[in-house]
Amino acid sequence: MATSSIHAPSAGPVAGSRSFLSRLRNGDEIARVITFLFAASVVLITVLLVYELWVDSALSRHKFGLGFFITRVWDPIADDFGALPFIYGTLVTATVSLLIAVPLGIGAAIFLAELAPQKLSDPLQFFIDLLAAVPSVIYGLLGVFIVVPVMRQWVQPALKSTLGFLPLFEGPAYGVGFLTAGIVLAIMAIPYIISVSREVLMSVPRDQREAALALGSTRWESTWKVVVPFARTGIMGSIFLALARALGETMAVTMVIGNTPTISASLLSPGYSIAAVIANEFTEATGDLYLQALIELGLVLFLLTFILNGLARLLMILTAQRGSGMGHA
Amino acid sequence: MNARLKWRKFVSAFMLTMTGVCAAIAVSVLFFILGHLVYHGGTSINWAFFTKLPVPVGEVGGGMANAIVGSAKLLALASLVGVPIGFFGGIYLAEFSGSKVAFVVRYAADLLNGVPSIVIGIFAYALVVLPFKHFSTLAGGFALGLMMIPITLRSTEEFLHGVPRALREASMALGASKWTTISRVVVPAAYRGIMTTILLALARVAGETAPLLFTAFGNRFWSPGLGQPTAALPLVIYNYALSPYEDWHRQAWAAGLVLLGLILMVNIVARVILSRGVAVPRS
Repeated sequence: MATSSIHAPSAGPVAGSRSFLSRLRNGDEIARVITFLFAASVVLITVLLVYELWVDSALSRHKFGLGFFITRVWDPIADDFGALPFIYGTLVTATVSLLIAVPLGIGAAIFLAELAPQKLSDPLQFFIDLLAAVPSVIYGLLGVFIVVPVMRQWVQPALKSTLGFLPLFEGPAYGVGFLTAGIVLAIMAIPYIISVSREVLMSVPRDQREAALALGSTRWESTWKVVVPFARTGIMGSIFLALARALGETMAVTMVIGNTPTISASLLSPGYSIAAVIANEFTEATGDLYLQALIELGLVLFLLTFILNGLARLLMILTAQRGSGMGHA
Repeated sequence: MNARLKWRKFVSAFMLTMTGVCAAIAVSVLFFILGHLVYHGGTSINWAFFTKLPVPVGEVGGGMANAIVGSAKLLALASLVGVPIGFFGGIYLAEFSGSKVAFVVRYAADLLNGVPSIVIGIFAYALVVLPFKHFSTLAGGFALGLMMIPITLRSTEEFLHGVPRALREASMALGASKWTTISRVVVPAAYRGIMTTILLALARVAGETAPLLFTAFGNRFWSPGLGQPTAALPLVIYNYALSPYEDWHRQAWAAGLVLLGLILMVNIVARVILSRGVAVPRS
């Protein structure tokens, strides 16, 4: 931004030409120090957060080591803890949610960015923004009272009678489980995918579309074969963002996943996720090892979202560079 | 028209219609949620809901006055933690810092923004609950405040960057010091935008439940002062929805309607203000 050239002098030679005292009298230096302290506290808090997660999970990390990630036992009474069922549940629900949310979200984003006139697109985007503001406990509430009964009575029996021969859809229809949690997560992830993808699609230079249309492609071909590939990295970024949110999502998942530490190929089976087990057992954790095992799960969750958010940001940066580079070409 | 062209045109029309269907589905979710909340919770919103305490388990009736007050206290505390750090930190980023420091601070803020809310809860537990040995309003407010910091910080920085350079130069040319320029010219010019996004940040943390589970914890009674566990609207929704009592389910819907109503109202007002572009003055 243009402002970078404004505050540059304060750190540069101009600042040095006035005496420190006179700047102090003006309050400039005081203001600089005070605002710096506030900015530094943001860094401090973030470092402290990572430090606490690391230190407070030391017992569990030392006792279980890497075996923590491949053990499927979760037995608070015997003080034996393994994270596998929770990691499995988290990954399965997130995958299911993406399988639903990505096509729907990108489809809607294409409609909003490419097809709808601005008079329609802007109000629709406004509603999407509002949807993103709905708290997760509300999704959980609707999940418990609307989605779970519908899944138990209609969707899961239907899946069993048509695709029941697949191991994916075995077992009794409880209503709660991986599939239900994945669906609720998908509904929550869609607004994020739409908002980011729409912006990326809208930033694709106009001549790309016109060139494709001029070569005789249909509207869909120009969109799908030219515009979407152009925006590919940005869209991937939006998916990673949504994935990071889905992994860390707590309330809605806790309310519909069934809260049973099982590893089952069946999507109809109740399961558990990292965030859900922390939410349910943290206040009941008796004994240091139990609590620290839960904190280690928190650390795992933090690292997962950290990596995904980093990837998302990298892709966004790549898109920005590619967008401006191609735009001038 | 040959068959191939016909087919391509058909595919085009079909796929474009499907994108419209996707958009319709996505938007209809909002009205689906609102409709269900109003249908199930609308009739339960009455005077008692806002003024009474919860009644003992098994009895019908009562309200959630304590949760409403608890949420208000938590949000006030969250603002005390999140707004000063975000606001002054944002001023530092936009007006004082070099690019290296700014990069580190922004990176930390983005990292904090991406931390799952349940992990924020663990952090607040370790930092505030453990030393005091019990759950408290203070811990809940601290957890929510942490979540406000990155939003406030980045929006303050962005709106300050949006203030035209000419304004600063005019002020400096009149002999104002840098701080006078910032506090009397730049911040007032960006004030409305910053306030609006702080409101949005408040609306976001108002619905957060996960960070409150083991900080504010919940309470069926009034929570005097800041050192006691406290009820909050999202916590009540969570606990009541998973309870086996019909009457609690009814109240969970009502609480959901009140909470979502407030959040959506703040969002609508804030987004209308922002989209009108009054936030940043034109140069």
